[in-house]
This record gives sequence, structure tokens and C-alpha cells, in this order.
Amino acid sequence: MTQTDVPPATDDVPGQATDDGPTPATGPQPDPGTPVVEMRDISITFGAVAALSGVSLRLFPGEVHALMGENGAGKSTLIKALTGVYTIDSGTILVGGREQDFATPAAAQGAGISTVYQEVNLVPNLTVAENMMLGREPRRFGMIDHRAMNRQAAATLERLGLDVAPGSVLGDHPIAVQQLVAIARAVDVEARVLILDEPTSSLDSDEVAKLFEVMRRLREAGVAIVFVSHFLDQVYEISDRMTILRNGRLVEERMVAGTTQLELVQRMIGRDLEVLDQLDREPASAAPTRGTPLLTAVGLGRKGSLEATDLELYDGEVIGVAGLLGSGRTELARLLFGADSADTGSVEVRASRRRLRSPRHAIDRKIAFSSEDRKGEGVIADLTVADNMLLALQASRGWLRPIPQATRTRLVADYIEALDIRPADPNALMRHLSGGNQQKVLLARWLVTEPDLLILDEPTRGIDIGAKTQIQALVADLAAKGMSVVFISAELEEVLRLSDRLVVMRDRRKIAERPNDGVSVSDVLEIIAGEARSEEETAHV
Amino acid sequence: MSDTLPKVPDTASAPPSAGDGPARPSPLARALAHPLLWPVLALVVLLAVNVAAQPGFLEVRLQDGHLFGSVIDILRNSAPIMLVATGMTLVIATRGIDLSVGAIAAIAGAIACTQIVGAADQGAASVAIIASTTAVAACVLLGLWNGFLVAVLGIQPIIATLVLMVAGRGLAMLVTDGQITTVNNDTFSDLASGFVLTLPIALIIALVVFGLTAVLTRRTALGMLIEAVGINPEASRLAGVRSRTIIWTVYVFAGFCAGVAGLIIAANTSSVNANSLGLWIELDAILAVVIGGTSLAGGRFSLAGTLVGAVFIATLARTIPTIGIPSEANYLFKAVVVVLVCLLQSPKARAAIGSLLTARHSKGATS
Repeated sequence: MTQTDVPPATDDVPGQATDDGPTPATGPQPDPGTPVVEMRDISITFGAVAALSGVSLRLFPGEVHALMGENGAGKSTLIKALTGVYTIDSGTILVGGREQDFATPAAAQGAGISTVYQEVNLVPNLTVAENMMLGREPRRFGMIDHRAMNRQAAATLERLGLDVAPGSVLGDHPIAVQQLVAIARAVDVEARVLILDEPTSSLDSDEVAKLFEVMRRLREAGVAIVFVSHFLDQVYEISDRMTILRNGRLVEERMVAGTTQLELVQRMIGRDLEVLDQLDREPASAAPTRGTPLLTAVGLGRKGSLEATDLELYDGEVIGVAGLLGSGRTELARLLFGADSADTGSVEVRASRRRLRSPRHAIDRKIAFSSEDRKGEGVIADLTVADNMLLALQASRGWLRPIPQATRTRLVADYIEALDIRPADPNALMRHLSGGNQQKVLLARWLVTEPDLLILDEPTRGIDIGAKTQIQALVADLAAKGMSVVFISAELEEVLRLSDRLVVMRDRRKIAERPNDGVSVSDVLEIIAGEARSEEETAHV
Repeated sequence: MSDTLPKVPDTASAPPSAGDGPARPSPLARALAHPLLWPVLALVVLLAVNVAAQPGFLEVRLQDGHLFGSVIDILRNSAPIMLVATGMTLVIATRGIDLSVGAIAAIAGAIACTQIVGAADQGAASVAIIASTTAVAACVLLGLWNGFLVAVLGIQPIIATLVLMVAGRGLAMLVTDGQITTVNNDTFSDLASGFVLTLPIALIIALVVFGLTAVLTRRTALGMLIEAVGINPEASRLAGVRSRTIIWTVYVFAGFCAGVAGLIIAANTSSVNANSLGLWIELDAILAVVIGGTSLAGGRFSLAGTLVGAVFIATLARTIPTIGIPSEANYLFKAVVVVLVCLLQSPKARAAIGSLLTARHSKGATS
């Protein structure tokens, strides 16, 4: 097997690559025997888009294998290829050394590959035991033998160290327990491979500990576990080996023990520190004068999405929020706007201390929020560009006071021209616009309300480079005119280029806040990774 | 923002991307794509069938200052459906549905008739007016209840309104003591059989409610906000739309419309039978809305389409005896016609027909 590191995201032609063995480079540790599952050179394309190109994955019995990568790196596609949800275009899947071609999820499950998804897909109004044995209930005289069923379920639960009554109704338990039941069900089907896709995203720390306990037991029993999580600490706590993906390609396979968090983050994001440091960054505009804050958040938090956070925003200032996916950046934005209601803390706007109960409250206080989920939470697909653009303004005027036709025409034409929206047709249906143009219409929706604070969550995601630079220029321009902007983006360069002040998030809390005076991308990555390191040190001493 | 270039945003100067740009459609294709085409066409076909079966069908004559004729009868009979369907259109536009309108209509009839019967001077106009107002007010309260269940408690509309669909008839029975209540009040029966300006009062009431609804939704921003809530509730909420208030309001309005419809139906026979008044009218109203081109998935709605749909349903009811369908086959015939119309409405079927016609059309043009 090759010992060289695979260069990040090479552009070599698939097919030319490997006839002589699997591509994954080995980490510092030797292989522990034969993999139970080996995926070689898997490629999948959707239409013209290559979702995976030449990705390999090896799962060993008795190991927790973390699948790492940013959003869109191809983790779920790879999992779905393994579980028979997607058919692969090229490559091979070996299970126990034999080539397999799973046409259906059931076939994969039959071969001992079980998956537990983020959302629990069990039946909440059946009992725990009924859920665990669903579809393979023990029978007696043709009837379901409830006693045997409860006994078998109890045995499995016991084996996993779970204290759950088999006869209790599943829906009465918290999500965490339901998830553990889902795992119990999965391993009860003689699983050799257990795939856990973001199992911890809705669990608190005690519940995570319980989950890890179960995972350790399964590992000891020789199950190969695939663990997908955005929480780096959790990955480091439980995993033995990891495979890093980026943009549908394999970066490398490594042992977790020999990899620092900084190295991991760099490989996930895909640039070397040296290269990043050389990137020229326009210095942000001089820090604006302080005075009274426009918005003050004190102890703002919500269970399961954000730990209590303090934040002050000033007029004419761009706050960049950096952090990996799942770090709490979106959650922070939603709480600032009142899109979700906070469990703790308060948001004070211009010194009026009232809890924001709804988006409407926030809009009345001149706050605007553009969601990262453009399609689900922004676009009204079947209305026209003009209606979409004027929706927020119209909503705040109330239905009885329609925007006069002349004002309407002028506003829409102005913003179509100013933001270069194409097609420049106010009556075009929103669904027919490209993502970038839809984003511009949504920006215009908020700009016509003349907000004091504009919260932009991933405003440039998935749009072409031209629209991206236009939006960046617009943000800078708005801040220069006195608007306060919260700018959230997965692209650190973009955040650093635009912001005056930087907030770094990790594991659902703010871990750093500093003026953006010559901060480089590698500095931010170090903050993100370093936090964990120092925590680990203190924890392990 | 770069505004150095004198850009003239103009649809005419759109980039010449002939490939995917919306090429100017031929008049035929545009007519085929018009949402009102199929409901209107279906109505015309139905009328033609009637004319064939009964040559004097379209005849309308003026007698004693009233218009008379089959068409006028149909329009008069369509008033209750028109009313209920108008309210239903707005409910459906918010992704909802209101199954309770038939029961609400029964309650309106029950309250009005019981009050009139119980009054000291049964024939007085004022008695009829007070009774009708009370009945409609009660229906507005029932609409408030429906809206509360849907908008505040978040219960699925079909379930929330099913409650009143079942319980409402029971309420109406309680009001009438299970009796068929007959009233003798000219003002009240004029609601159904009276004429003003040569036209039936029932039709005028329905058209006034319809017209006010059209003005209120299309001349203000209400229609757009209703559509926004129906298309994407979460995006609307984040844009500051008071979706809860809007959803609540449309159920109240549907209750109001059903109440007025119930009065007309009761006035038509000057009696109320809580068991049968407005029975299945909710389904006819939903059909009228769907035939009119408003999707049950919510969003864009067409009040004009609903109007055509309501008249279509009323005409269909009239057609069945006219062309001699035995009464046992009544429902079956209705079902077949409705399936046909819905087929024509389906975008897939329409696209297939459209491409068939335009293909022939362009072939003729090019060769």
C-alpha cells in the first residue's frame, strides 16, 4: 500500500489512478487486520456535478471511524453509496473481502450495515420493544409474542447498558433516549457496521456521554462504527481513525491520535497555513467610534443551540462571525433576530430592554435577518420579484396600506438596477431566478426597510463569484453609510475581508471576540483549534 | 454600487439568449396557458350540452320587472356555493381547508329560523333582519373558533375543521330541537326568491361579497400576504408577516360566508332542516375552488376562477335532470365530469395537449 500523502484535491483523471490497490494513505499506525468494509475509488455524479470522485474508505472491526469534511464535502453521499441509497457510477465496495453491489438499503442492511440518521425514524407511539423488533417480531401461533419480544429487547438494552423499560412508549422518552433505542435496534440486526450520522446534534453533554458509552461497548464487541459529527471535541474523544473529504474528493485517511485539531481543520478547509497567510487582505475600515451600542445581547442562549452569549453591536460596524458548521453561528443570528425564542438572556435594542419575541418585533426595531436557508426561509418562489422584494416593507406597513404603485415601481426598479438583478423584470417569478439573483432580491427585501442592523447568514453561499463580490461590496458600502452588519460566512477570507470586529464560535458558544486588526485566516483557525487544545490540556492534567 | 454605466433596465433589451430565455409565446400557446381557459371551456361545453337538450335553455325574458330563465335560475342557485367558495378560496390559499362550512350554514339557518319563529310578530321585516344578523354573528364566532384551532394551536386544518363539521350539525339540531322549523316571513324568503333591479337578491348578495373580497384582496396588500403565507409560511414569518392573524382572519371570513350562504339556503324553502341544510356544500365549494385553478397546496389563488367553478357546479346540478340522467346515477355522473375537468386542469395533461397543438401549429408555420 502506498505510504505517500495524497495531495489535497488533485485534478487527476479518475480511472488513470489505481489498479494496484486502494488509494487511502495510511496514517502513522499500521492496519489492524482486514477491513470489514472497503470502498475503493467510488465516484458518483448527479447530472453534470461530480458528488464524489475517486473516494476510498476503509472500516475496521472494533474501530470508530470519523468521517470529516465541511458541508458539501461528500460525507452523506459516501454514506448513501455504502448503504445502497445511491448507486455508484464507478468503484467497488468490498464487504468482508467480497465485492458487493447494494441495489437497495435493505440489501445493505442484510449485509450487516446499519444506519442511524440524525432524525429518529422510529414510530413514536409504539413501545420501545415494539420499535426495536419492528418487522421481525417473535411469533407464537401466528400472533406476536409480546413477552418474548420484551425479553429479547430487554436483553439487547441490557447488553448496551441502557436503562430503558422495553414496555414504555417510545415517544415519551427524550430524543436522546429515542436515538439510543434506534441504535439498539440497529445493532440488534447483527450489525457489523454501524453508521451514525450526526447522532449528537440534538443531545446535551450528559446524553452525549451516554451515547459514547454505548459506542464504546459496541466497539469492544467488534463493530465498525462510522461517526459523522461537526463537533471536533467529540470526534477526538471517541474516534480512532478518520477519513477527511473535501469537495467530493479524498484528502486522506489518518489515525486520530497523530493528528492535531489544527491539521484537521486545515485539511477540511483545504489550504495550507503559509498559503493562507500570503492572501492579501484589505484592511477593514477604521474602527468606528463607540458610543452607545445599537444592540446589546446579555446572556443570550437557548438550550441545545447556543450557550449564554454576550455581544454588543455598534452603528456602522461589520461584525464577522467565524466558526465551523454547527459552531452556533446561525443559532446566534436567529436569536439576535428573534427567529427562535431565547431561553435565557435578553436583547436590548437602543437601550430598550425587551425580549425579542418574534421576527416582527425585531423588524419594528429596525433589525433585518437574511437566513442561510435561502429556499426554505427566504424565497417565496411563486410570487414575483417585486412582491418578494417588497414583502417585508409591506408586512410592516400592514395589509391595509399597500405601497402606492408609483413608489412600488420606483423602489423595485431602483434596487433591480443598484443590485444588478437579472432578469431586470419586476414581474418575473422568483423561482425562475438564479440563486445569486434570488439572494440579491432578498437583500433588497431588507434594504427597502432601511434597517439599522442587517444580519446576513451565509449571504454568498452557492452563488457565483460575480454576485459574490457584488454582495461583498454592498456590505462594505452599507457599513460605511452607518448600517451595522453581522456577517456570517463559512468562508473565512470573506469574513476577514469585510469585518471590523471578529467573533469566533465553536461548539455552540462564543470563544473569542477581537478587533480585526490584521487577523489572518490561520489565526482564526488557531483560535478554533487552539481552544480545544487548551481545554484538553486542562481537562487531562 | 457601480452606477457609472447608464444602465437601462428594460425587458426588451434582455440578453439574446435564445436558448433558455422565455421566447415570446404564440397567442395560441398563451391562450392555452391561461389559467381560466379550462374552467371557462368546461362551462361552455356544459352550457352547449344543455342547449342541445333544451333549445330554449339560454332564453331570458323580462317579466314583471324580473329576469326569468334557466340561466337566471342557475345563477340564483349558485349563490350559496359562490359565497362558500369565495371564503374557501382564501382558506385554501393559506394552505388550509375548511370542512365545517356546511355545518356552519346549517347553524346559521337554524338560528335565523328559530329566532323568527320565536318572535312576537313573525312576519315583521325587523325580525328577519335581527335574526339574520344574529345568525351571521354566530357564524363569525364559529370561524373564530376554527381559526383559533388552526392559527394559534397549530392543529392541522383538516382535523381542526372536522371538529365543527361533525359537532356543528349537532349544534344546529340543538337549536332547532331536532324539528324542521318552518317560518313565514316575506323579508326572509326574499333573501332567496326576491328580486332587486331585475336580478335575484341571492345572486346580488353573492356578487357583492365576491366583489368586496376581490377588492379587499387585490386592491390592498392582503391577497399578496395571503399568498406569501400559503407559499412559504416560514419565509413569510421571517419577513415580518403576521401569518397567525392572516390565517385566523381567513377562517373567520369563511365562517361569515358560510353563514350568509346558510341564510339563503334556509330562505329558499322558508324552513330549516338541520340534517340536510348545506349538506356536502363544503365539498362543492372545494371543487369550485379547484376547478377554478387554485391549488390545494396553497399560494396563488384565483377568485375569478372560483366564480367560474361555482357557476359550473350549479350548472352541472341543473344539467343532470335536463339531459335525462336517472337520479340514481346523479352522483356518478357528477364525479365523472369533475374528474374530466380536473384532468384538464392538471399541468401535465395541459402541457401534453398544449405541445400537441403548438407542435402542429409551428409545423404548419415553418414548412
